[in-house]
Amino acid sequence: MGEVMLEAFRARILERKPLRLRGGGSKDFYGGLVSGDLLDTAGHAGIVSYEPTELVITARCGTPLAELESALATRQQCLACEPPHFGAATVGGAVAAGLAGPRRAAVGGMRDFVLGVKLMDGEGRVHRFGGEVMKNVAGFDVSRLIAGSLGTLGLVLEVSLKVLPVPPGDASLRFEMPQDKALEALNRWAGQPLPLVANCWQDGVLTLRLSGAQAAVSAACARLGGEAIDGVEAVAFWQGLREQDAEYFAGDVPLWRLSVPSVAPPLDLPGTTLIEWGGAQRWLRGDVDPLRIRELATRVGGHATLFRGGDKAAGVFAPLQPALMEVHRRLKQSFDPYRVFNPGRMYPEL
Amino acid sequence: MTQREHSADVAQDFSGIDRASLLAELARCLPASGLLSAEEDLKPYECDGLSAYRQVPIAVALPETEDQVVAAIKACRAAGAPIVARGAGTGLSAGALPHPQGVVLSLAKMRKILHVDPVARVAVVQPGVRNLAISEAAAPLGLYYAPDPSSQIACSIGGNVAENSGGVHCLKYGLTVHNVLRVRAVTVVGDIVEFGNHALDAPGYDLLALAIGSEGMLAVVTEVTVKLVPKPELAQVIMASFDDIMKAGDAVAAVIAAGIIPAGLEMMDKPATAAVEPYVKAGYDLNAEAILLCESDGTAEEVAEEIGRMKAVLETSGATELRVSQSEAERLRFWAGRKAAFPAAGRISPDYYCMDGTIPRKRLGEMLTAIHAMEKKYRLRCINVFHAGDGNLHPLILYDANVPGELERTEAFGAEILKLSVDLGGTITGEHGVGYEKINSMCDQFGSDELRMFHAIKRAFDPDGLLNPEKGIPTLHRCAEFGRMHVHGGNLKFPELERL
Repeated sequence: MGEVMLEAFRARILERKPLRLRGGGSKDFYGGLVSGDLLDTAGHAGIVSYEPTELVITARCGTPLAELESALATRQQCLACEPPHFGAATVGGAVAAGLAGPRRAAVGGMRDFVLGVKLMDGEGRVHRFGGEVMKNVAGFDVSRLIAGSLGTLGLVLEVSLKVLPVPPGDASLRFEMPQDKALEALNRWAGQPLPLVANCWQDGVLTLRLSGAQAAVSAACARLGGEAIDGVEAVAFWQGLREQDAEYFAGDVPLWRLSVPSVAPPLDLPGTTLIEWGGAQRWLRGDVDPLRIRELATRVGGHATLFRGGDKAAGVFAPLQPALMEVHRRLKQSFDPYRVFNPGRMYPEL
Repeated sequence: MTQREHSADVAQDFSGIDRASLLAELARCLPASGLLSAEEDLKPYECDGLSAYRQVPIAVALPETEDQVVAAIKACRAAGAPIVARGAGTGLSAGALPHPQGVVLSLAKMRKILHVDPVARVAVVQPGVRNLAISEAAAPLGLYYAPDPSSQIACSIGGNVAENSGGVHCLKYGLTVHNVLRVRAVTVVGDIVEFGNHALDAPGYDLLALAIGSEGMLAVVTEVTVKLVPKPELAQVIMASFDDIMKAGDAVAAVIAAGIIPAGLEMMDKPATAAVEPYVKAGYDLNAEAILLCESDGTAEEVAEEIGRMKAVLETSGATELRVSQSEAERLRFWAGRKAAFPAAGRISPDYYCMDGTIPRKRLGEMLTAIHAMEKKYRLRCINVFHAGDGNLHPLILYDANVPGELERTEAFGAEILKLSVDLGGTITGEHGVGYEKINSMCDQFGSDELRMFHAIKRAFDPDGLLNPEKGIPTLHRCAEFGRMHVHGGNLKFPELERL
């Protein structure tokens, strides 16, 4: 079945016409507008191998993320970076988008868990980069380059991901705290040996998630204080953040994502703010001048993305330094010389 | 003058370089002590940590500032001369082996720790700063830099970035790529670029991931921002003895299956402990066929819980003896033996050759059986230390370079281990890099499409092909020649190329 699918993909690619790659369509809203014909990857699905004691799973691109996570759950393992499902996300789409959930700052992002990819380039050739082992420095690290490349370099056919055990202990705490105090506390705690894995500040309330060895979680809860959150409510809370179905994310007001150093001060921008990743990811809802928001993000050492909604005409992602854009253009040319894959999804030049 | 775009098929020709005018230009842009060109001054740079390969360069440039790096690169580019960046020279794959027509660009004089930020938990350092010096600078703040290659006392962070170095704690804490936030570098045309930033991601492609482990082939690193992590309150290590190396391998899988990610999980076979013990007096069980070192770190509560769980698993897996470190001194002594494995090999044998393949852990038994057979085939001894937690093997082949034929047998022995690593579903190098040493073995691991893509990626950064040429990625011609010696199951792997 796999080979037939690959031949079908190749035939479409060899037409040399722009293609819009799509797995579950859960992130159609994300990135620049793509005008190409749809190439649906959902049919190329299935877990190829899963070795719990090797901490690695390999799946085809169209495999639903939910299916992969169910398989891991039967062995008390997980994708620690918690890529969002946003509905029907596939494994290939999750890797291409490179998004991560609430635990990002503590455990790493999608790029940190990608061990290998099987990729079809813009001329229909199949490449294998990386593999199924944790440590591998043979050749350039193309697998991690592919994570977050928004399908602009190639069609991800298969991916191998590092998995981790589900931590035995888990607890959530809540504190009333203004934004500046919350940022200060998050940065201070992150420098201490505490099992803090996720956090969220919104509207004067700081919520923390601790997980790890049961004894460590209990000791940290006793030390930090705050109000304990009931398990069911906590699961729903972190799920709402990961999947962006929490109330904060509802409605049509543009959603900006500011990725900044965790120590950046509260950002002086109109709109409502939600902070994650220990201060390193700040969401903003509001009709804000893109130039102003980009300028501010750059000034504090980060960058801003128009994540959802709003006017994409001014660009979705922060512009690149010319020397870096030149490298991007040449990489695109190497992987996809006829600009078949998702042209414009990341930058108009690519 | 620049070369035409270099191709993936054949090596470039650098024979037309005007050495005198290049030296004059380099002298103009570097301080007097920053340019070496006399034969006796060049000699110390003829090899890195892998001394089997030696080559004297035409000059060594030792810039002290980023501006001088830019100027030196521009001078080399104008002359069309290869540039081989070098850190502390501790690399084990001849990645810093000089090019006969090229300049070695040593970053060793750029060794300032520019900034340690205890709140943001980052350190900004120049490339020549030693790995251990970062942790030492951060120690008063209760922080440290996690990747700890065995050479950490000497190796530089710029070299760690070039090689994506690991260490004995990377199962839990990751490799260099997981612990570096930002790299500032100079391109071959002299542009200053930054990959990554002080946030957790950067716009565009993840060029930081591409730059880390790129072995000096894409750009020259001038500044690095590393993540610092809180020093665990406590660390303890279990030393477990096994009367059968297969049981030790199964115990590793059992620990992982129990949902534990140890801070370190290392294995040594009997010949390795026998080599190390007289030298370090680590207290290893010399009767054991294999020992495991299994470490837990974290809060006191966490460590007590995890050590308890690990002991139970190791006992069930057939450990014949378990010892838990009772003090920090004892823990460091248990590790000292493991970290001294390479020098210990140097004590019991005139020369040794360290391999670096990674395999899926479950194939460990097959690999060890095969290595035993190879010892007989090549008439050479091999001692084995493994980063067992992540499947990274360091077989140390013992030989004497003064005995005619031993080096050649050693190289053939090593190449066979690497080939088997690939066949077992692994890789030829887990953390030491390809460099010059494993360039032929790259032909075992990758086909011509992947190799062409690697060359294209290099060209995207380095259109003239001047940064560390003839390392890391073999030309297709080279693979064709190599393939003629190693025909794969009757199939010619590079059929499209002419054989000379």
